[in-house]
Amino acid sequence: MLTFTLRRLLLAIPTLLLISLVIFFLVDLAPGSPASEIPLTVPPEVRAKILESLGVNQPVWVRYLLWLKQFFYVEPLNGIDAIFGTNYAEGMQRIISYQSRSPVFGIIADRIPQTLTVIGTAYLVGVLIALPIGIYSAYRQYSLFDQLGTVFAMIGFSVPTFFTGTLFIIIFAVYLGWFPTKYDTTLNVTDWDSFVKQLRQMAMPVMVLGLANAAAISRYMRSSMLDNMGQDYVRTARAKGMNEKVVVLKHVLRNSLIPVVTVIALGIPSIFGGAIITENLFGVNGIGSALIQAIHGNDLPMVQTLAFIFAILIVLFNLIADLLYGMLDPRIRYD
Amino acid sequence: MTDASMGIAPPESQFKAIWLQFIKHKGAMFGLIVLATLIVLVVIGPLFWHPEKLKVVEALKSKNLGPSLKFPLGTDHLGRDTLQRMMAAGKVSLAVGLVAMTIAIVFGTTVGVLAGYFKRLDGPLMRLTDMFLALPLIPLLLVMVMLFRDRIAGILGPEIGAFTLIVFAIGMTSWMQAARIVRGEVLALKEREYVLASRSIGTRPRRVILRHILPNVLSPVMVAATLGVAEAIITESVLSFLGLGFPPDFPTWGRLLYEGLDYMQQYPARVIFPGLAISLTVLSVNLIGDGLRDALDPRIRGR
Repeated sequence: MLTFTLRRLLLAIPTLLLISLVIFFLVDLAPGSPASEIPLTVPPEVRAKILESLGVNQPVWVRYLLWLKQFFYVEPLNGIDAIFGTNYAEGMQRIISYQSRSPVFGIIADRIPQTLTVIGTAYLVGVLIALPIGIYSAYRQYSLFDQLGTVFAMIGFSVPTFFTGTLFIIIFAVYLGWFPTKYDTTLNVTDWDSFVKQLRQMAMPVMVLGLANAAAISRYMRSSMLDNMGQDYVRTARAKGMNEKVVVLKHVLRNSLIPVVTVIALGIPSIFGGAIITENLFGVNGIGSALIQAIHGNDLPMVQTLAFIFAILIVLFNLIADLLYGMLDPRIRYD
Repeated sequence: MTDASMGIAPPESQFKAIWLQFIKHKGAMFGLIVLATLIVLVVIGPLFWHPEKLKVVEALKSKNLGPSLKFPLGTDHLGRDTLQRMMAAGKVSLAVGLVAMTIAIVFGTTVGVLAGYFKRLDGPLMRLTDMFLALPLIPLLLVMVMLFRDRIAGILGPEIGAFTLIVFAIGMTSWMQAARIVRGEVLALKEREYVLASRSIGTRPRRVILRHILPNVLSPVMVAATLGVAEAIITESVLSFLGLGFPPDFPTWGRLLYEGLDYMQQYPARVIFPGLAISLTVLSVNLIGDGLRDALDPRIRGR
């Protein structure tokens, strides 16, 4: 297991390097360069100075290596400094956003709590809805509940989140007036009233994302349960005279959860991608909306860094899913 | 002596068997009917529905109207007929889905067949596939559209340029599933006796692939293709929804929804119609894919 983990970790390094190369060059070689943002009335020597201060007058590979060094060396050191109050990274050049002229990682650190509260809750809610639906659908296969579950899942797959989101806004915010249309990021939870307010403004984004995730996961849960229900050990358990609750919730459920857990782990990076839409729609000031703003503002360092962080998340959770599978299922051994 | 006199029914054609299984799938039939209706509306509709061109003054007076006989779905903030725009947008949306899927399937199948058939290519091509799977697709698509839109629009014109760019970008970021499925199938197929027999008489790889391998990977590819259309339509509408899709005078359903967002509170119908159209299309395409999967699986068929 340990050798497998190490091998996979080592294999992830060239993959990530290749991805960083693709992201950096795709973004960098594109025509929307910072030079085109400077008005033509600016004299050439001033223009050269501006470009120099942005660091874009060097060859592309120098900038790539510098960015890599900043990403993997300078920024972690800065993180350590910020946590422990040391000053290892003093005087080192950080990744600077073109738009705000402040360190990219500072902006990301500001934004990530919003994303995690909303998206994290949504995923949790999605999983908590999906598991019981999947279990009961499988236990009563072809029942009315199962068929309703199938319809629900099919609709959840097919209706895009931006449409469920707008529908929710029209129904619950405009007509019924239950929830606010926009998410207020400045709200601080200090007492009961502000907590209720926070719950109300989180309700719609969480429901939208949660339902979308629940649709897929409930299907996995159902088919995994069905795979196990017909197994011999289930018949043995029933033959021993165990009651249905123990058979289903202990024997079958535990074994069925193994593939579902990996699916849940695999879905985590993709929800960050989906969060871009929800954050944009509800005005949640998280990293998804930061990415959109950066793209619209031609903020290359921000876009490169955020896209690469998404890529790292995908690779990381793929690895975690593989490891989880090996740990939970004794039939799978990687050695 | 004929077959009938011996009591043996003539062998059923495979397509007939598949079709018979397909029409048993209620969801798939529902999907087929809905999709066919939508396609008819979008393709044939404009031939019958051409509202008179309004003068500027008339258009100004008739903006933001509700549904009426003259404008069955109402008008938008510039006094344009929503039904007409919905039909025009639907054509583009469906075209994007079909063309992007075709690019993805052709590329994915090629990669899959090459990786599965030629051992030397397997490693590099599958690493490439893995790398593409690890790319953050939505952010990259947004970046690609944002950065290359103006340049490509300069070469091909704004409409064809946007279409080419978006279709190509979606196609090149969604071929990985097809490649993986096809590779798996080819790996199993190439050990079969008929492929071995074909190779033993000196058939060239190209011919073995075209003659024996490709026809046999067709069914999983068809299912993947159907689901790919739905995926491509959603991806396109996401791009349009974030304001990085098609230009306003060449709309898709996603673009119409994006435009309607500003008027969502006063005129919710402007958001609901395009959203419903996207959802119905994707739902019916998904249902058809489900039905196809069952119909093309010989283990389920005939039971």
